Amino acid sequence: MESGFRTLLHKELLRFWKVSFQTLAAPVLSALLYLLIFAQVLESRVQVYPGVGYTVFLVPGLAMMSLLQNAFANSSSSLIQSKITGNIIFVLLTPLSPLEIFLAYVAAAAVRGVLVGTAVLVAAGCFAHVSVGHPLWAFTFALLGGCILGALGIVAAIWADKFDQLATFQNFLIVPLTFLAGVFYSVHSLPVFWQRASHLNPFFYMVDGFRYGFFGRSDVAPLVSLAVVIGFLLALSGIALGLLRSGYKLRH
Amino acid sequence: MQFAIQIQQVHKRFGSVQALDGVSLQIEHGEFFGLLGPNGAGKTTLISILAGLARADAGSLTVMGFDVVRDYRRARRSLGVVPQELVFDPFFTVRETLRIQSGYFGLRDNEEWIDEIISRLDLADKADANMRQLSGGMKRRVLVAQALVHRPPVIILDEPTAGVDVELRQGLWRFVRELNRAGHTIVLTTHYLEEAEALCGRIAMLKQGRIVALDTTRNLLRGVSGIHVQLRLAPDRVPAALSARVVGQEGASRIFALDRYAQIEHVLAQLRAEGVEVQEMEVLQADLEDVFVQMMRRG
Repeated sequence: MESGFRTLLHKELLRFWKVSFQTLAAPVLSALLYLLIFAQVLESRVQVYPGVGYTVFLVPGLAMMSLLQNAFANSSSSLIQSKITGNIIFVLLTPLSPLEIFLAYVAAAAVRGVLVGTAVLVAAGCFAHVSVGHPLWAFTFALLGGCILGALGIVAAIWADKFDQLATFQNFLIVPLTFLAGVFYSVHSLPVFWQRASHLNPFFYMVDGFRYGFFGRSDVAPLVSLAVVIGFLLALSGIALGLLRSGYKLRH
Repeated sequence: MQFAIQIQQVHKRFGSVQALDGVSLQIEHGEFFGLLGPNGAGKTTLISILAGLARADAGSLTVMGFDVVRDYRRARRSLGVVPQELVFDPFFTVRETLRIQSGYFGLRDNEEWIDEIISRLDLADKADANMRQLSGGMKRRVLVAQALVHRPPVIILDEPTAGVDVELRQGLWRFVRELNRAGHTIVLTTHYLEEAEALCGRIAMLKQGRIVALDTTRNLLRGVSGIHVQLRLAPDRVPAALSARVVGQEGASRIFALDRYAQIEHVLAQLRAEGVEVQEMEVLQADLEDVFVQMMRRG
């Protein structure tokens, strides 16, 4: 008999697709607003990489920020809503294994994240010409970033008992870590102390590696970023799977 | 011998509350089994453990011979659960909901059976409506449909007619009886004791996590001690010698509790002596509610 993994994945994809105006279009608009405002203010004053204008520099960072935040939102909002409304039992009553549940939520989150990130890149193309120098690197970091935030969304939604606890997690962890990941600036332009502090932020490696895929330049060697990102993904996946297997806050 | 459900020495504690305290029972294939008890007796906890929504602290449970923990995939494929709460996913229509539920059990081409369930549960008009648009009764029917999409041999209904109108309740019971006749094992929890009495061949009564009664419905009813006699008196006056036997009133009639049928003559004689005429008399058959109240007091 077939596994229910495909159905759960399809259902999670359908869930955000049914409200695509909110889940896909709205984040693109937000990213474009950041682009317009920051580019307007800083284009003539800041050049992060030689030969790369600030607006062009900003685009991959904004795309990655949108990708990460929406991947997190997909898995976390779906799970917390299911928990609070009670319809999570329709998944828990089935033969789906913890691994199948994990993979379905993470895959759907990554798909939404990559779709949003791609849409931001396409929309930003109206304002700045950005070429993708190393597409495989860019795609790899995009996919890994989506999976990481999808897994983090699962952990957050399982831990939270209420919507505002999830919002706290998002506002005090996810948003600061993405904003301080080098989206709007290059880490090498910071004082040494803050450069080192940034290197403790796992989101920095995702943004930096993704940006390497565009400009062939980065603050950290892409292979180092890749190792950190993969390690972070494995650690988070272990935590998420452990929570699903134990039934913590899902099964009594 | 493989039972439809086998529960052996199951214990479950929530903090300081012992929700289940050494519960053991077997339910045979094709039974229509009732699980009764007051709120907090452990009925939903037991169902939750069977369904995988909770884990027992000790003991073992099997569904169709499959352990609910070690062989959870096959156990859950063998079980359909209609939950007590009216839960639904607001993103999907009725048909989408049933397709998704089928898919969770690995069933891809299940349209024919889904159509049949929709038709049998009078959901055809609302099949493409969003779940949010349905009335409470219709949502209840969808819950039953979701429990049936994978054709489980064992179906558990947790208070399925709570808050449901008479017409829907009767329709649901007709449908569930048909499923039972077709060979499905049905386990029902309900607070409507007349339903359990009418539908269930065997009943377990839970109190504070323990089974206080487990027998066929017929034997449980036979085991109730005493009878009740309902008398309309003129004048409506109970002699002092009989006042201790009065246990209730139904309209203009008094209800007397007696230990055995022979005492009816004694009651009538007392009334005659006091000049009280008996205008109507009815011997009330013991019902499951009487059994239940007795068991809860005793257990």
